[in-house]
Amino acid sequence: MLSILAQAASGWANLDEFLFIAMPYAVIVLFLFATIRRFIGDKFTYSSYSSQFLENKHQFYVAVPWHFGIISLFLGHLIGFLVPRGVLWWNQVPLRLYIIELGALIFAVSALFGLVNAVLRRVNNSRVRIVTSRMDFIIILMLLFQVLSGMYVAVFDRWGTNWFAGVLAPWLWSLFKLNPDISAVRDLPLSVKLHIVGAFLIFAVFPFTRLVHVLVVPITYLWRLPQQVIWNRKGRTPSQQQ
Amino acid sequence: MDVRAQVSMVFHLDKCIGCHTCSIACKNIWTDRRGTEYMWFNNVETKPGTGYPTQWENQDKYKGGWEVSGGTLRLKSTSKAKYLPNIFHNPTMPTMDDYYEPWTYRYQDLFNSPPGDDQPIARAVSMVTGEPMEIKAGPNWDDDLGGSPIYASNDVNLSAVTEQQRQQLNALERLVFFYFPRICNHCLNPACVASCPSGALYKRGEDGIVLINQKRCRAWRSCVSACPYKKSYYNWNTGKSEKCLLCYPRLETGQAPACFHSCVGRIRYLGVLLYDADRINEVAKLPQDKLIDGQRDLILDPFDPKVIEGAKKNGMTDEFIQFAQRSPVYKFVKVWKIALPPHLEFRTLPMLFYVPALLPVLGSTENDIYKSNTKPEDIFHKFNEMRVPMEYLANLFAAGDVNKMNYTLRKLMAVRVFKRAQTVGDIPMATALETLAQADTNEKEAEAIYRMTALPTFAQRFVIPPLAREVAIEAYKDPQEHKKEAGFGFTIEPKRGL
Repeated sequence: MLSILAQAASGWANLDEFLFIAMPYAVIVLFLFATIRRFIGDKFTYSSYSSQFLENKHQFYVAVPWHFGIISLFLGHLIGFLVPRGVLWWNQVPLRLYIIELGALIFAVSALFGLVNAVLRRVNNSRVRIVTSRMDFIIILMLLFQVLSGMYVAVFDRWGTNWFAGVLAPWLWSLFKLNPDISAVRDLPLSVKLHIVGAFLIFAVFPFTRLVHVLVVPITYLWRLPQQVIWNRKGRTPSQQQ
Repeated sequence: MDVRAQVSMVFHLDKCIGCHTCSIACKNIWTDRRGTEYMWFNNVETKPGTGYPTQWENQDKYKGGWEVSGGTLRLKSTSKAKYLPNIFHNPTMPTMDDYYEPWTYRYQDLFNSPPGDDQPIARAVSMVTGEPMEIKAGPNWDDDLGGSPIYASNDVNLSAVTEQQRQQLNALERLVFFYFPRICNHCLNPACVASCPSGALYKRGEDGIVLINQKRCRAWRSCVSACPYKKSYYNWNTGKSEKCLLCYPRLETGQAPACFHSCVGRIRYLGVLLYDADRINEVAKLPQDKLIDGQRDLILDPFDPKVIEGAKKNGMTDEFIQFAQRSPVYKFVKVWKIALPPHLEFRTLPMLFYVPALLPVLGSTENDIYKSNTKPEDIFHKFNEMRVPMEYLANLFAAGDVNKMNYTLRKLMAVRVFKRAQTVGDIPMATALETLAQADTNEKEAEAIYRMTALPTFAQRFVIPPLAREVAIEAYKDPQEHKKEAGFGFTIEPKRGL
């Protein structure tokens, strides 16, 4: 670790290697280790820590725009990573490109609106302030930075959906193939680099915040039976009924 | 037939004096922690009244319970299509303001105030924020009709009551109320369990107690909205929902739950009911006027050889079945038919039953002149002039069915007439026996009802079956080992995470 830091200090070229090779790997390891350790050792703290009970009205303007915005943006990034060619094919027709870029920007505005309201609500409402931890503020500010830098990139480094497929998707794939290649990332503008570094930092603090609720999104509800009966008695295994 | 057991309860409302001892006993054991101050797993409401949380019975507002649509049961609050969009902001969830903001007083101010001309006071401070607050509501704000008619007249159950009857309810000489203690009903078709996205809620197979797994609860808050009785509470501090657990650690060691044990009026009965789990869904879907009979049908006769065979097949011991046969709840609900479930129209099939309060006419006004009606014949026969309108009681306990309520009250009244004829003698026995016959009962049953309501011992009121937790522990661990490892307190402290 120290040697990596020393190398990083030796110049900008090495800093890129640190930020786009060493840090992603370190973050992935940290993320997996810390979330799993928390899930096994401290499952009780896996909660969304909803504060709707304490304040109901303002909460709507926080949770709804934020979640719909950020989930759509996250899925957009995921599609860009998984099927870059599909995105390029879609973007062949300029109108389709404009639709997807404008759509993403609208979701970003929605997410930003939610975050700003989150800060206002957590500062202004005395009840909600009580259940706001230091980590809550840190993660909200990090997300705020991330959404703002993303919007900056979308507006000034056009068109993100196109060059993501050609530049970032190959780099991310190279990381996953354990054969990192940062040649394309090296030349990206500072705004994009900041957005990437911000993303990995969020993943790094993720296990230490309430964001862990993302990992336990209850999708299974869609197909589980309505009633659940659990038996203690010997010979009966936990079973479901109805 | 899938024979299962349910630890079930009867509350005899005529004996409830509204002392709130049950609520306090429960609170001292379970909800004295941060985040739970506002929770009352057991609370006692004054009826008519809006209850706690305010207007909990109003499902147009809270969307609790089930509804039948297109032949299938559906949760009113969430469906599979709605739960994901609603997970961020639950539109029908009650907030702290619907309950009350818990408070304490700054008692230190009484000691630390500088000398002055005024008496020092202890200011009310919020137990959430710690800041001084104005007390605007409490868990029993309309206790003994306090604040009426603002509170009492907003009671949802008054919907079927005519304007004239409403006026009478408020007339001073007729002013009337009764107490309505409530805990979790440990329903057969619990909406809370069905609504939980995480699957944290479950019903225990052996005794039917509904619990929340605190490690699986993720604060999606669906159970709070789905429970039509509002008996699942959100702990704003730990980010977990909590509810009445029928003191299962006490039940497992043969003790009555705290609220039962402490009941001053001895209104509470606890015992096992056997039921047919195969038919739950079918019964919960019945038309509203068939629900009461449907639920009674679902409860099985513990003396029926077929039922006993089915019970044994599901692992119940001979001893357990004997306890089911001795269950006072079975007698109240199925044999005597004088205990009714609260708001069965919510279709969760609650397993807590109430013997409705008999509120006799003691006096009335005619042309503004007060007339006393204390003659025994008048007390017992002026049945339709009960101060609480029959429609009101029927809305509460008989899914709106006045006939069912009438049957129950008639029988309770007949028992009184019979005992009065026996002990006081101012009513001819012939009249009493005729009354019994009219009320579909007989001397023997009336005597049994009298004994179980007026003279029961502790052991007759609480017939707690052997829950045999040690047998369950055996399945994975030596009970002696387990005993050494488990003790008081938490294995992991229920501390709020980052």
